[in-house]
Amino acid sequence: MNKQFTIEQFVASLKSGMTIGIAGWGPRRKPMALVRAILRSDLTDLTIVAYGGPDVGMLCATGKVKKLIFGFVSMDAIPLEPYFRKSREAGALDILELDEGMLQWGLKAAAFRLPFLPTHVGLGTDVMAHGGFRTVQSPYDDGEVLLAMPALKLDAALLHVHRADRRGNIQALGPDTYYDEWFARAAEKTFVSAEEVVDRMDHSYPEDARANIVERCFVHGVIEAPLGAHPTSMPPLYGWDMKHLKAYADSAREEGGWDAFAARTIGADEAGYLDRVGGAAAVSALPLPIF
Amino acid sequence: MTTSPEFTLCEQLIVAASEAWRGNGELVATGIGPAPRLAASLAKVTHTPELMMTDGEAWLVEDPVPIGPRGYDDRKPAGYLPFSRFFDAAVWPGKRHAMVTPSQIDRFGQTNISYLGGSYDRPKVQMLGARGFPGNSICHINSMFVPQHSKRVFVEGEVDMVSSVGYNPARRVPGARFDFVDLRLIVTDLCIMDFGGADNAIRVISLHPGITFDQVQDATGFALEAADSIAETPAPTTEQLAIIARFDPHNIRANVLKDNPAGRRL
Repeated sequence: MNKQFTIEQFVASLKSGMTIGIAGWGPRRKPMALVRAILRSDLTDLTIVAYGGPDVGMLCATGKVKKLIFGFVSMDAIPLEPYFRKSREAGALDILELDEGMLQWGLKAAAFRLPFLPTHVGLGTDVMAHGGFRTVQSPYDDGEVLLAMPALKLDAALLHVHRADRRGNIQALGPDTYYDEWFARAAEKTFVSAEEVVDRMDHSYPEDARANIVERCFVHGVIEAPLGAHPTSMPPLYGWDMKHLKAYADSAREEGGWDAFAARTIGADEAGYLDRVGGAAAVSALPLPIF
Repeated sequence: MTTSPEFTLCEQLIVAASEAWRGNGELVATGIGPAPRLAASLAKVTHTPELMMTDGEAWLVEDPVPIGPRGYDDRKPAGYLPFSRFFDAAVWPGKRHAMVTPSQIDRFGQTNISYLGGSYDRPKVQMLGARGFPGNSICHINSMFVPQHSKRVFVEGEVDMVSSVGYNPARRVPGARFDFVDLRLIVTDLCIMDFGGADNAIRVISLHPGITFDQVQDATGFALEAADSIAETPAPTTEQLAIIARFDPHNIRANVLKDNPAGRRL
């Protein structure tokens, strides 16, 4: 059993029109090497599901997104994501705006093969009105009416973690694993990029087995991508690249700004990416963000 | 307790805002933004030590973490509350009191952080999206901090996109529970308000020194109620000012209010 993919094999296994979940949280531990592979591809008409950061913004900037299902799109220190804003303000996106908790609840419904899960959340807001959500009544004596959060089924989920092995065992270190495990379980096929791919996790890192956030039956492919979260943060290894994110955000104010920024950084291949953004040593040394 | 000779309006507001958490007990006090976060920290180290708090990343801390640049490992984790557990452990069970700064607030206490103007499909100004506001507002206690009290924030009609639930009867879904909705304080640069008016109407309970009710009303897009006896917002004590300074060593609070005005005593 060998689930290792090259980044080219990974992107070749996606199709236009797919619903793709991107794990991580805003500008934190995003599978950016995988996102860049999509940016360089011919894929189009994607439905993206995310707690969004620059991943969502860059996919919007490149015109890859048909529909966006999101809890927020933000880069923390740069609160408003410029290219997401531009796209939505231009009316270029089909939108399903969710509460953050609703998003993970919908992923859980998909993982459990349920049509929906009930919740209080969304009731009484415009999230409910605009999202077309329906209610369900408790069949028990309380008779309570609840919002029925539909399953958010994903064709593919993308994660970036610290370690993976060829069988699909993965380890995510750092203080928070967000909802990565639920993106993985909600997806038909989950692709995990990792800072390091080893032959067997039990031979290399058995002491960290509790960092195995999702079981390998939910992992379809692993891709080695050192520093693959750049420009987002990857604690405890490296922080986000706020200088880079600032330049990215500034580019949105210039005519043709995205094309110039993308040519300078995203480029034609992943192999040269780190050199284009300052080199592996500089990225490795990025300080962890303080909150 | 002695009163310091020098303080800023922002510091006065931080002290006022800290009162929102008084006696809340064991729940997570979340202040979003520098002033609310300093207010939560002040509450925890003075009148309500039972409060729980995170470092802003994933760890529960017993000593509040100063805002701004610091050593990454300076905070001392006492517990664990990452985003991956936040809905399970803090928001949905109602074990939280958040203070936030919405872009719009209406007479019902409904707020908006999603977009301004235009439509859902094509907003004029896209902001963050609803984030956790729908869930926060229907599950746990919430308060608000408004650094610039104006009709742009306190809007005339309903907010452009209802991101958080308030007390609007027209928005109640029949048969659903809204009894967890619990809006407490709104602290602005002019006054302190609560939801103690008729049918939870917004009511002025304290005016900052030198501010009149009419001034507040003129800066608000809807009719305000007045408490039977409107207090004057007290000046911070030297002890409170020292604590605020300790948790804000880089004086980030100087940038919260336009021109960082001086505070005034009674």
